[in-house]
Amino acid sequence: MKNKLSRFAVPYVVWMAIFVVAPILIMVVYAFSSAEGGFTLENFSQMGTYTAVFTRSFKLAIVATLICLLIGYPTACFMSREGPSFQRMGMVLIMLPMWMNFLLRTYSWMTILENHGLLNQLLEKIGILALYNHITGANLEFFPMMNTPGAVVLGMVYNYLPFMILPIYSVIIKLDHSLIEAARDLGADSVSVFRKVILPLSFPGVLSGITMVFVPSVSTFAISQMLGGGTELLLGDLIERQFLGGSYDPQLGAAISLVMMVIVVVCMVIMNRFGEGEEQAVML
Amino acid sequence: MSKELIRLRDICMAFDDEQVLDHLNLYINDKEFLTLLGPSGCGKTTTLRIIGGFTTPTSGDVLFDGVRINDVPPYQRQINTVFQKYALFPHLNVFENVAFGLRMQKRPDPNNPKKTIKIPEEEIRERVLEMLETVSLKGFEHRRPDQLSGGQQQRVAIARALVNRPKVLLLDEPLGALDLKLRKDMQIELKRIQQQVGITFIYVTHDQEEALSMSDTIVIMDKGTIQQIGTPEDIYNEPKNAFVADFIGESNIIDGTMPRDNVVKMYGREFPCLDGGFAPNEPVDVVIRPEDIDIVPVEQGQLTGTVTSVTFKGMQYDIIVDFKGFKWLIQTTDHSPKDARIGIKLDPDSIHVMKKSRYSGMFGDYSSFSEEYDELDDASLGLDEEESGDEE
Repeated sequence: MKNKLSRFAVPYVVWMAIFVVAPILIMVVYAFSSAEGGFTLENFSQMGTYTAVFTRSFKLAIVATLICLLIGYPTACFMSREGPSFQRMGMVLIMLPMWMNFLLRTYSWMTILENHGLLNQLLEKIGILALYNHITGANLEFFPMMNTPGAVVLGMVYNYLPFMILPIYSVIIKLDHSLIEAARDLGADSVSVFRKVILPLSFPGVLSGITMVFVPSVSTFAISQMLGGGTELLLGDLIERQFLGGSYDPQLGAAISLVMMVIVVVCMVIMNRFGEGEEQAVML
Repeated sequence: MSKELIRLRDICMAFDDEQVLDHLNLYINDKEFLTLLGPSGCGKTTTLRIIGGFTTPTSGDVLFDGVRINDVPPYQRQINTVFQKYALFPHLNVFENVAFGLRMQKRPDPNNPKKTIKIPEEEIRERVLEMLETVSLKGFEHRRPDQLSGGQQQRVAIARALVNRPKVLLLDEPLGALDLKLRKDMQIELKRIQQQVGITFIYVTHDQEEALSMSDTIVIMDKGTIQQIGTPEDIYNEPKNAFVADFIGESNIIDGTMPRDNVVKMYGREFPCLDGGFAPNEPVDVVIRPEDIDIVPVEQGQLTGTVTSVTFKGMQYDIIVDFKGFKWLIQTTDHSPKDARIGIKLDPDSIHVMKKSRYSGMFGDYSSFSEEYDELDDASLGLDEEESGDEE
């Protein structure tokens, strides 16, 4: 495909080479090096030690992705059916949190979820806490919400939900309305129209939404540190420690990153296979 | 005499403040090939969508077999549609596209009349394959829509609608996206399919030639009202007003008066004709088809004029002749050079007299010949706001 416009891609190719390909190569080299610089597989042999961290990371990321999907799909569907002014408004509302700093957003959740934070105060005021104690016979002063897996998942869902809604929304909004009319014409009621036409045709959006939520979720470290209080050690934290923390070991960090990357890529390839033929699903 | 199947009674339709259909009355017979013909924005697609159930009229009744169906949703009507851009399901192959309607259908369970069952898989298979054969697409079952040519997609869309055995098939400019050659083939094909399955086709187009060659009945619409209903021959030979005359084929439309029956006066001269029933000296529009004009030597001509342009069209020459400032289009097999003086002779049966209408004075002058041709090329004689309005 020799194209006159192809030279405009040159800056992009250079950019990708410097900032994407090169770092990955450096990481690969590091992963197979020992601290002295020679070739070794030592870094990978330690990987078994971190099985629990891997499992936990993937589990939380999967849960967060599913919740995002459950919230995001209906939201996108609903938005696409409303008028243009509503759609613009909805779009702004969805994007609004993203205009704020990521850390700031997560800190504010800390204030909300704290033992004597906003949410607990509210629950206490309206009597939910007392009701709960009464029913279960427990004697809680507050609901422990911080430093739980739930809080980490909440943080992931809150931060990455827009990345689920937007691709699904953009696929649904572009759906040819005549396809829906054709289905109705051929005898499909609203449920069948959704099941047989809208759902399968929005699949590419769902796939890219899943990718865009799952990948950052599985490697996040700030959320788990802030909302998980370090009790939920995730892959991101583990890798961060190897580079910045006390257990300085960049070679091991690179190896963990590499393994994580391979697992994620394998997951995505399987997912895209699953949705094969549903147009080219966007693979991040 | 075939029986009436659909009746539109006093249908009005307004989008926001725009009146799209204005007290439309129309009946459609069973097994008829009826074409709604008109320029874009005339309300023909809206009429079709009202019959299909995708649009509810602002007022008026839609009757199907004598029963009012205004509030019946599309999926409960015995009507199927072939959409303008086919609207094939891109995620399903040809077989599944055609089978879609059958898979949606439920029928009473023969063992338990209270329950409904789906159509058995073998029957679906049989009917889909049979229908694909009807549209000459056998062997394409496993293709996806994007692997088909425009003509093939068109056939799939027709098969997908017909497999449900509707009483009526609605077609919304189905050939618009095809090239000329394919369009001609599909016209013949569509007519054949209609005769084979023996159901009513309601066809929407802005292409007059398509309408003439396929229809049993043509309904000419403009600005939300019906201008004329009739067989293709009626409409071509006896246009009711200047709009119809201009829209169907080429027409020279000249101002005239009727001094008495069977005589029409144009250019201060009386011509014998076959029309009558007008008031003495009533102003009229006179339609003369370009192919009905005989060119004769100047001295024998009833009228004489100067050739201002000659275009070779293969089968004939299109020549534009200036008669006292009013330009006529004449189609002739004889070549007349530019700037030549020629005479013309009009037979009484080539002169059609029409009552004056709101379209009088808007059509039939070939002064802006090249513009007319541009418009004819895309086959859409849309009326712009500037064109209309000043003459009444």
